[in-house]
Amino acid sequence: MIEICNVSKTLGDTIAVRGVSLQIPRKGVTSIIGPNGAGKSTLLSMVSRLLPMTAGTVTVDGLDVTSAPSDLLAKRLSILRQDNRISSRLTVRDLVEFGRYPYSKGRLTPEDREKAAAAIGFLDLEDLTERFLDELSGGQCQRAYVAMVLCQDTDYVLFDEPLNNFDMKHAVNMMKLLRRAADDLGKTVVLVLHDLNFASCYSDYIVAMRDGDVAHQGTPDEIMRREIIRSVYDMDVEIQDVRGRKITFYYT
Amino acid sequence: MLKSRGLRPIQVILILVALSAVSITLFMTVGAKGSWGFVLPFRGTKILSMVLVGYAIAVSTVLFQTVSHNRILTPSIMGFDALYILIQTGLIFLIGSGGVAMLDPCLLFACQVVLMIVFSGILYRWLFSGSSRSLHLLILVGIVFGVLFRSLSGFMQRVIDPNEFVVLQDRLFASFNNVDTSLLAVSAAAVLATSLVGWRFMHTYDVLALGRETSINLGVNHTRTVTIVLVLVAVLVSVSTALVGPVTFFGLLVASLAYQIAGSHKHALVLPVATLLAIVCLVGGQFVLERIFAFDTALSIVIDFVGGIVFLALLIRGNTR
Repeated sequence: MIEICNVSKTLGDTIAVRGVSLQIPRKGVTSIIGPNGAGKSTLLSMVSRLLPMTAGTVTVDGLDVTSAPSDLLAKRLSILRQDNRISSRLTVRDLVEFGRYPYSKGRLTPEDREKAAAAIGFLDLEDLTERFLDELSGGQCQRAYVAMVLCQDTDYVLFDEPLNNFDMKHAVNMMKLLRRAADDLGKTVVLVLHDLNFASCYSDYIVAMRDGDVAHQGTPDEIMRREIIRSVYDMDVEIQDVRGRKITFYYT
Repeated sequence: MLKSRGLRPIQVILILVALSAVSITLFMTVGAKGSWGFVLPFRGTKILSMVLVGYAIAVSTVLFQTVSHNRILTPSIMGFDALYILIQTGLIFLIGSGGVAMLDPCLLFACQVVLMIVFSGILYRWLFSGSSRSLHLLILVGIVFGVLFRSLSGFMQRVIDPNEFVVLQDRLFASFNNVDTSLLAVSAAAVLATSLVGWRFMHTYDVLALGRETSINLGVNHTRTVTIVLVLVAVLVSVSTALVGPVTFFGLLVASLAYQIAGSHKHALVLPVATLLAIVCLVGGQFVLERIFAFDTALSIVIDFVGGIVFLALLIRGNTR
């Protein structure tokens, strides 16, 4: 379980995250939604120790992320941010094999290679393994990064807007894949999402943030309500049941 | 996997080893008049210093580019060696050439290295340990620091006694022809020590090159590792600047070539390739200048000319990877 306790982040004069307390349950998919600037990515960065917090504590299975050894945490929790730029020229295989670094420290065992091959297969990247990252499209590149994070084989996998760069088909495939990672591999997947309908269709639990604080949390059925969406986004939307799912219509 | 080139990394290294062996042999033997008992030690110290300088510049540049996530900036462009010159000038300014001459050169060198580590630590750590910053900001900061350090040294050099200035100039305008051999042993020791420390982190460099966030995600203690690498870079730059003076674009030249021909992202391959290239360039270049063209010009001028062109070409191509 990820326990977030009174976590705050001040950037200059602005308060990005104000005293958030939240428990993210083990297993399943949890989505964090909210308008731009609500502090979703900042919160995720602090949970994954990329950003130091101004106040508060985060523990992952009892390990405090600010004080626990970084290489120990790398075997429990992994994070993928939105924009990843790399200065060296890597192939997809090289990148995915880096996911084994917390275990192998650069000396890959046959088991590490097997896990990397499995992650490559899981993301359907077999044809691209020897291609260099700078020769790939944005979506293919993103899939390679997801493969690296899955290759890291951690219980908790955090994604900051994983659907960036994806067309419809790949976005749906990615969400199905994350669902499978949670259901078949028993991982705890935490996502920051902008598309409410994806959040509604694929999450077990939704956390809605606004102005640096958690505004609402609950199951998709509890969150996907007109009044709740209005209070989070300041926007009137229509919500309909389509094939048993709550779908928002907000385009016009 | 190696579709664009037929050579494996290990073959590249073997070819470079052969090339540097050839250039060292040529340098040692061609045009030798008089007793070998004089020629060999005389040229041997030159070779040793060139190997040390080549190694220091190549390794410091590659590591610096790894922690700064770019392939254009080098320690010299960011003003590291200007900082070293400032420290030298400041010492003579404060305690006088007599005082400096009284001091043990090894002790003096050690003090300068320590000062260098402290200052470069303060100045550059915040640039690289935080979240990613724009390359243009970094270049600008580097140029401003470089100009600041050079102007401060220039100011002090104008204010001090002319006799002291001559002593100082003698220390600063060293070239590959006129290496400060008294520092050779202590430089070799410093290089050996940094290499031993750096070796322990060899597998971390590849991860560091993935960027701050990815390397933290993979469990690297980013701030600590970057600090260690910057300390290593400061020591290596001190060694090369103390031995031959500043060579601004040489590091860029060998590092860019090394990335091109190493055919791998792994530092365990890129670092030796860059070092061997540096040795071939320095020893071979010095041989060609001295024996074939009988030039008495400093090799560093030629290197900076070629390296400067490479730097401009990289900037224009926008090849910031």
